[in-house]
Amino acid sequence: MMRRIPTALIVAALALGASNQAIADTSGKRIALSNNYAGNSWRQAMLRSWDKVTSQAVEKGVVSAADAFTTAENQVTEQAAQIQNLILQGYDAIVINAASPEGLNGAVKEACDAGVTVVSFDGVVTEPCAWRIAVDFKQMGKDEVLYLADRLPDGGNLLEIRGLAGVFVDDEISAGIHDGVAETGKFKIVGSVHGNWAQDVAQKAVAGILPSLPEIAAVVTQGGDGYGAAQAFKAAGRPTPVIVMGNRHDELTWWKEQKDANNYETMSVSIAPGVSTLAFWVAQQVLDGQSVPKDLVVPFLRIDQDNLEENLATTEAGGVANVEYSLEDAKAVISAAGG
Amino acid sequence: MIARVLTPRAIRSALPVIALAVILVAIFWLQPRTMSYFGLNLLLNLAIPIALATIAQMFILCVNDLDLSIGAFVSLVACITATWLHDSPLLGTLALAGLVLVYAGVGALIHLRNLPSIVVTLGMSFVWLGLAVLVLPTPGGKAPEWIRALMTLKPAYVPFPIIASVLIAGVVHFALMRSAYGTVLRGAGGNPKSLERAGWSMLKIKMTMFALAGFFGVLSGMALVGLTTSADANIALRYTLLSIAGVILGGGEFVGGRISPVGAVVGAIVLTLAGSFLSFLRLNPDWQIGAQGAILIIVLALRVLISRAEARP
Repeated sequence: MMRRIPTALIVAALALGASNQAIADTSGKRIALSNNYAGNSWRQAMLRSWDKVTSQAVEKGVVSAADAFTTAENQVTEQAAQIQNLILQGYDAIVINAASPEGLNGAVKEACDAGVTVVSFDGVVTEPCAWRIAVDFKQMGKDEVLYLADRLPDGGNLLEIRGLAGVFVDDEISAGIHDGVAETGKFKIVGSVHGNWAQDVAQKAVAGILPSLPEIAAVVTQGGDGYGAAQAFKAAGRPTPVIVMGNRHDELTWWKEQKDANNYETMSVSIAPGVSTLAFWVAQQVLDGQSVPKDLVVPFLRIDQDNLEENLATTEAGGVANVEYSLEDAKAVISAAGG
Repeated sequence: MIARVLTPRAIRSALPVIALAVILVAIFWLQPRTMSYFGLNLLLNLAIPIALATIAQMFILCVNDLDLSIGAFVSLVACITATWLHDSPLLGTLALAGLVLVYAGVGALIHLRNLPSIVVTLGMSFVWLGLAVLVLPTPGGKAPEWIRALMTLKPAYVPFPIIASVLIAGVVHFALMRSAYGTVLRGAGGNPKSLERAGWSMLKIKMTMFALAGFFGVLSGMALVGLTTSADANIALRYTLLSIAGVILGGGEFVGGRISPVGAVVGAIVLTLAGSFLSFLRLNPDWQIGAQGAILIIVLALRVLISRAEARP
C-alpha cells in the first residue's frame, strides 16, 4: 500500500507536466528575425516591439533566444545571404519581413529543407513552405466606408485621399473603399487626390481640389494624410467633415483637440508595427507543433471615440499607434484562419 | 630557396588566398556547423553570381575602364531569365545574346568617341534598370528548370559552389593569362599605344572585352535566378560595387592590364564570406558595411606595404 502512493504521485506529476507541455516544448528553441529595412519610424517601432515582447518571452523560458537581424542596404541578395547565415547559425525558426515577395524564395526553400520554420509578415514571401501573415488592405478600405455608413445614415459625398500612385497598397485600399461604396449604396466619391501618405502633400492636394467640390460629408484616407486634410478644410473655411484617421500621432492629437472642443467623432485604423510580435508567437506556435494554416491575416489596430485617449497616451510624438500581441492574440488569429 | 619563394611578388599574389584562409578559419571557429558539405554549400552558393559579375567587371577594368552598370545589367538578365527564357527559351536566348551585343556596342562607343566609361556605364545602368522594370514590373517570374537544377546540384564529396568557382577561375585564367590572344587583350589595358602600333585594332579589342563582360554578366544573372528561383528588377544592384571591390581585393588594379582571374574569384568569395563572418559575430548591421570596408582597406594596405618592399632593391 505504502508503495502505491508514490506511484500515484508520479502519475499526477506527469499529468501536470503534460498540461504544461505547450511551454516546455519550445523552451530550447531559438527564433531569429530577418528584417530588410529599419529606416523609418514604423520599422523602428516594429523592432522595439519585437525586442520588448521577445525578451520577456526569453526570460520566462518560452524560447531560448529571439535575436533580430537587419540588413544594412535593403537588398534582396543581402537578405538572402542573411537568411542562409541564420540557417547555419542553427535557428529553429526565422521570422522574415522580406525585401521582395519573390526574390528570397530560394533562400526560404533552403531554410525549409533544413527543417527551419519560416514565418513572413508585412513583407511576405510567396514560397509555399513558409507561413504568411499578410495585411488585408482591401478590408481596411472597406471598413472605413462601413464605419461611415453607420455614422452617416443619410450618406453623402466622399473625398478620397489616396497614397503613392502605382504602389500595390494604394490600389488595394482604394479598391476596398470603392467596394464599400458600391455595397452600402449611400455614398458618392466626388473627388480623389493623391496624398502620398504624407500630411504636407495631402494638405496641398486637398486644398487644390476643394474649391471645385460640393459639400463633403466625409473624407476616406489611407493613413498619414488625415491631419493634412483637416488643415486644408480649415484653411478653406469649410465645415470639417468626418475624416477617417490613420493612427499617426499628429492625427490622433488633432482628433483629441476637436473631441474636447466640439465633441468631434471619427475613427482611426492602420496596421500596428507590433505585428512583428504576432509573427513571433505564430512561429512559436508552429515550433510547438500546433497546426497553423499557412495564410494568416493581420488584425487592424482600430481606434474609436472611447479608446482614443489611452491610445494617444501610448503613442510617441511623430510615431504611430502601436500594440504588442500576446500568445492569446496569436491563437485567436490562428483559429480565425481555421487552424 | 625559401627567400626565392617568398619574393614580395609571390606574397602579393598569395594575399587574396591568405585573406580567404584567414576568414574561412575564423568562420569555422565561430560556427563549426559551417564546416560541412551542407554548411559550405549555404555559405558559398550566393558567391557564384558575385564571382561571375566580378569576372565581368575584371574584363572592363583590364582595358582601363570601369563598369558602373553591371549590377543593373545582372538584374535585367535575372528578369529576362525568369520570364522570357522560362516561357519561350528561343526568345529568351535571343534577348540575352542581344544584350551581349549591346555591351560590345557600348565598348565601341566608349572607344570611338573617346568617352569616359564611368559616364557611359552610369547612363546605361538606368537603361538596364528601366528595361528590367518593363520586363518584370512586379517581382516574380520563375527560374527555368534546368538552371534551378544546375544551381542546386549536389555532387558527391565537393559542394557545387566550390567546383563552380574553380571552373570559372580556371577557364578565365587559361583564356586570358595563358593564351596568346589573352596577352594581347591584357596588353590593350597596359599599353594601348604600342599595341596599336603593332597593328592590333583597339576597337576590336575593346568590343571583345565588353562583349566578354556582357557574357559573364549574363551568366551571373542566370546563376542568381537559379538560386533565388525568381527575380526582381532591383535584385542585384549591390553587385556593381561588390564586383569592383572583388577585382581590387583579388589583386587587380585600376590602371588597366594588371588583373588576376583567380584572384578576382577569390576576392568575390572573400567579400561574400566577410558578410557571413560579420553576421556570425553578431555585429550590429549598421557597422557591417563599415567592417566590410575595413577588411578591404586592411588587404589593400598590406598590398601597398608589399609593393614598397618590391620596389626596394
